Amino acid sequence: MKPAPFAYVRPGTLAEAVAALAADPGAKVLAGGQSLVPLLNMRLAAPTALVDINAIPGLDEITAEAGGVRIGALVRHAAVLASPLVRRVQPLLHLALDNVAHATIRNRGTTVGSLVHADAAGEMPVVLRLLGGSLDVVGPDGPRTIPVEELYVGPLESTVRHDEVAVSAFVPGLAAHAGVAFEELARRQGDYALAGVAAVVEGDVVRAGFLSVSDLPTVVDLSGVAAEDMADLALASLDPVGDIHASADYRAQLVRVMTPRVVATAREHARTRTQGGTR
Amino acid sequence: MGQKVQRVEDQRFLRGQGRYTDDVLVTASGAGVLHAAVLRSPHAHARILDIDVEAVLDAEGVHAVWTYEDLQGPMAEPLPLLIPHPALTHGRTQFALARDEVNYVGEAIAFVVAEDRYLAEDAVALIRVSYETLPAVVGVEAARRAEHLVHDDVPGNVAAHLDQRVGDAPAAIAAAAHRLELDLSIERSACMPMEGRATVARWDPDTDRLQLWTSTQTSTGVRAAVAVKMGLDLGQVDVITPDVGGGFGVKINHPWPEEVLVPMAARVLGQPVKFTEDRREHFISSAHERGQEQHIEVGFDDEGRVVGLDVRFWHDNGAYTPYGLIVPIITSTQLLGPYKPGSYRVRFDSVYTNTVIVTPYRGAGRPQGCFAMERTMDAIADYLGKDRTEVRAVNFIQPEEFPYDHQLVFQDGRPLVYDSGDYPASLEKLKRLVGWDEFPAFQQEMAAQGREVGIGLACYVEGTGVGPYEGAHVHIETSGKVKVAIGLTTQGQGHATVFAQLVADELGVRMEDVEVVSGDTRRMAYSVGTFASRAAVMSGSAVHLAARRAKEKALKVAADALEVDESDLQIVDGVVSVKGAPSSAIDLGTVSVLSNPLRYAFDEASQAATQFSVGDPGKPPVAEDDEPGLEGRDFYSPDRATFASGMHAAIVETDPRTAEITILKYAVVHDCGTIINPMIVEGQIHGGVAQGIGGALYEKMAYDESGQLLNASFMDFLMPYVTEIPDGIDVDHLETPSPLNPLGIKGAGEAGVIPTAAAIASAIEDAERHSRPSMSIAAMPISPSELYTLRQEHTA
Ligand SMILES: Cc1cc2nc3c(=O)[nH]c(=O)nc-3n(C[C@H](O)[C@H](O)[C@H](O)COP(=O)(O)OP(=O)(O)OC[C@H]3O[C@@H](n4cnc5c(N)ncnc54)[C@H](O)[C@@H]3O)c2cc1C
Repeated sequence: MKPAPFAYVRPGTLAEAVAALAADPGAKVLAGGQSLVPLLNMRLAAPTALVDINAIPGLDEITAEAGGVRIGALVRHAAVLASPLVRRVQPLLHLALDNVAHATIRNRGTTVGSLVHADAAGEMPVVLRLLGGSLDVVGPDGPRTIPVEELYVGPLESTVRHDEVAVSAFVPGLAAHAGVAFEELARRQGDYALAGVAAVVEGDVVRAGFLSVSDLPTVVDLSGVAAEDMADLALASLDPVGDIHASADYRAQLVRVMTPRVVATAREHARTRTQGGTR
Repeated sequence: MGQKVQRVEDQRFLRGQGRYTDDVLVTASGAGVLHAAVLRSPHAHARILDIDVEAVLDAEGVHAVWTYEDLQGPMAEPLPLLIPHPALTHGRTQFALARDEVNYVGEAIAFVVAEDRYLAEDAVALIRVSYETLPAVVGVEAARRAEHLVHDDVPGNVAAHLDQRVGDAPAAIAAAAHRLELDLSIERSACMPMEGRATVARWDPDTDRLQLWTSTQTSTGVRAAVAVKMGLDLGQVDVITPDVGGGFGVKINHPWPEEVLVPMAARVLGQPVKFTEDRREHFISSAHERGQEQHIEVGFDDEGRVVGLDVRFWHDNGAYTPYGLIVPIITSTQLLGPYKPGSYRVRFDSVYTNTVIVTPYRGAGRPQGCFAMERTMDAIADYLGKDRTEVRAVNFIQPEEFPYDHQLVFQDGRPLVYDSGDYPASLEKLKRLVGWDEFPAFQQEMAAQGREVGIGLACYVEGTGVGPYEGAHVHIETSGKVKVAIGLTTQGQGHATVFAQLVADELGVRMEDVEVVSGDTRRMAYSVGTFASRAAVMSGSAVHLAARRAKEKALKVAADALEVDESDLQIVDGVVSVKGAPSSAIDLGTVSVLSNPLRYAFDEASQAATQFSVGDPGKPPVAEDDEPGLEGRDFYSPDRATFASGMHAAIVETDPRTAEITILKYAVVHDCGTIINPMIVEGQIHGGVAQGIGGALYEKMAYDESGQLLNASFMDFLMPYVTEIPDGIDVDHLETPSPLNPLGIKGAGEAGVIPTAAAIASAIEDAERHSRPSMSIAAMPISPSELYTLRQEHTA
């Protein structure tokens, strides 16, 4: 459980980081290390170099921005979870983050790292998909913004290029009359979920996102669908997979149980917000 | 005795000041110690055609590499079969490094020693092995089918077949008023101590001796094994067991390949060598347990009284059998629990599979036996429509029937005779503790809210404190401090606390003046090891006897010095005084000085001693039948094991839709005879129950058909976190002392884990009873996904 040899650089600027990545096709960004380091230790990944971005200034802020919040690449899950700003502007992020791993991992793991890591079992990718945010990256050709609809292309595969550093994520805020809810079921507290559902309800528009069910974070439009038909409609867009922890059938059952329940909670959330101001 | 004394170990452990094997010989620079890594088989079953280590020899920082070809003499022979048994007709053990065949993923093939572990692992990756893969035998079913053999020369994959019988069970079943059959299965799990295996060795050329630190449950066992393998005299080998970060059974097996390879390398290279197992290695190259398939036939009368019990089971022993048949023998005998079966026949096959070896894991075959018996009791109750506690009660051995002889042979080769117990009293306590009689009302109340809750129970008897012996040495130093050495090892149980309690009580000294050392062959060369919940019974009794000897001598010397009769003396807080005349006193330190007639006064204690004139000038200073020094050494060796017992009850809730299983309440009544320290016993129970919950709801070894372990990490092997264990585990004690040892102690270490799966299965079944009457829980562990599938099969 020791990694294969690799070079290590800890640049002080973004430009140096991008240059280091561009110089070595086998190089990888190291952020919180909570996904990457286990892969290294088990020798499932053997990058030739790690470009540690932790010394780059200015990436560790959460800022309010028109229509939402922006989360820097070095902001830890724990900081996002504790942020009153995030909670106020986009409560779903808070609800979902509460289910991400354990406190010690959240102290190091970054929310942007989670988004780049593109794990369909992770909470962050599907939440961003559901909310329609975007990721800002910087590469040799300068900065670009990747809308979340274009971010995820395969299991553990995002469109962030090898020589790009993600610098921040933009998470849209919740409209005044909208509501959100999140639920997942994991074998042990803090484990990756067996299945999870997030929902946003805004007027007649009802959308739900599913994690850990298919091999991509998946969002389904459930507007105008009766509660008892929601799961079937969702399952038509999902392809539940079985593994050693849960059969595909069981995952489908969890979707059936959770989907109407989460939507109902989101609806209730919207109702209280509409009545009682922002909550 | 009997006090909730705080553990003296905890300050050190909680402050990170424990010293484990990996901490030994660690210098600031890290220099001086070489590190080993092992090339392990990626295949479950393969012939080794060729091993090419060329590339390793030139690799950076590499000092040496060994394969089977490089092993000599006893090192080239298979590792020992520790516990042979006549029924183990086809026992097999592995080589320290595989010779020409590998039989499980993880089996050691090559051993590399380098400057550090990183370089050693890099070097391992450079070794090229060509294999001819062979079909893998995975699981009991495949082993029984025997389409493929694990070992060419073991027909049917059967390592051993053992039968025991009392009376004619098949005839009794045939003649019984009622009959039932059950098929049960239990998954593999493993001990998973926080610290894996670890060994450090230093060869001292100046004294021609080997020093070995190893994370083991038997330092004397490792010492003997290493001496044999290395062709050394026993007197040349010291084995020291520093702090051990958990054992739970896996570290009783010995010697592990690395335990002999490390000292071999240290001697050859003339430098200390260390091997510290990592977690993945622990999963694939240490030991597992539990895996069994069982078929039970039972005959009973209208009251549920068992008249005949016929059990056939298949025990998955993995690829080799270094620890003999201990686990299945325990299953086959301890299955009976607190019950009289009328007549009993048990037959088992211990079968080979291409998986990690199976050796005892806390409970050691008992959880499986308990599962068989308790599922049977529940099935009988269900069949007769009786309360589950009533069916158990009619089958109990009664308090006046002790000693109770089952007429079977136990794991230690001795008759299975229960020494004492009171099962009806335990059951009454348990019913009260969990609220058995009130439960139906609660169940109805919950049902009205659409919630499914169930209650279950399970009873067990555990043979603890098996022989042959343990010893203790008690030394009262001239400072008055008491140094105690026991031979068996400690893995966090709190031995240093409870044994200090025993010494303090017997000797009349303050607990803080007593220091206990364990598992160091330099201090106590005769010992067996820590297993079978035997430390308190065996070492505890020995400590008590050794302290008594030291006390007898102290009184004799003090009586001489104070010129009184021994019977007039008492020892309180380390001071020997004349009863009723406290001014006539001498402290134990001074007694210690007097006991060792020296020529020189070197400190205050020895000067103080000069005020007493001891001995007759006409006789030798040390009498013929005496020795210098204030010491006591004694051994305890019982006729047979002592039998602890207990009963658990669980209340669970199962979600009607997601099939999540939540434990709402967990209650334990426990009888381990005389209790030395209730806090430590309760800690053992809590830990045991936590492990039992792991075995009931979470842990399994997910082998695929080719023998790859799919969940060889804590990400996917679901050891429960504290968040998965119920907040309160209610514990009540019953104390029926053992007549077999001076203090009446019975073992407590394994108890907590034994009935947990059975109790939870019983509770889940009860929760589901109403909606799915035909559904029974026949396999453990059970996950929500599996419960869901089971429900689907029973809703047609
Ligand atoms: C025991 C355990 C349980 C966990 N449970 C959960 C869980 O329940 N849910 C969950 O969502 N996650 C879970 N995680 C993962 C955790 O959330 C990680 O922190 C997260 O997935 C990755 O963030 P990181 O900062 O640690 O990234 P790293 O591990 O440093 O990197 C992950 C990957 O993303 C790339 N990357 C990271 N940041 C950037 C960037 N700024 N620009 C370009 N590339 C980048 C890296 O190159 C690497 O490929 C768990 C982890 C552990 C160890």
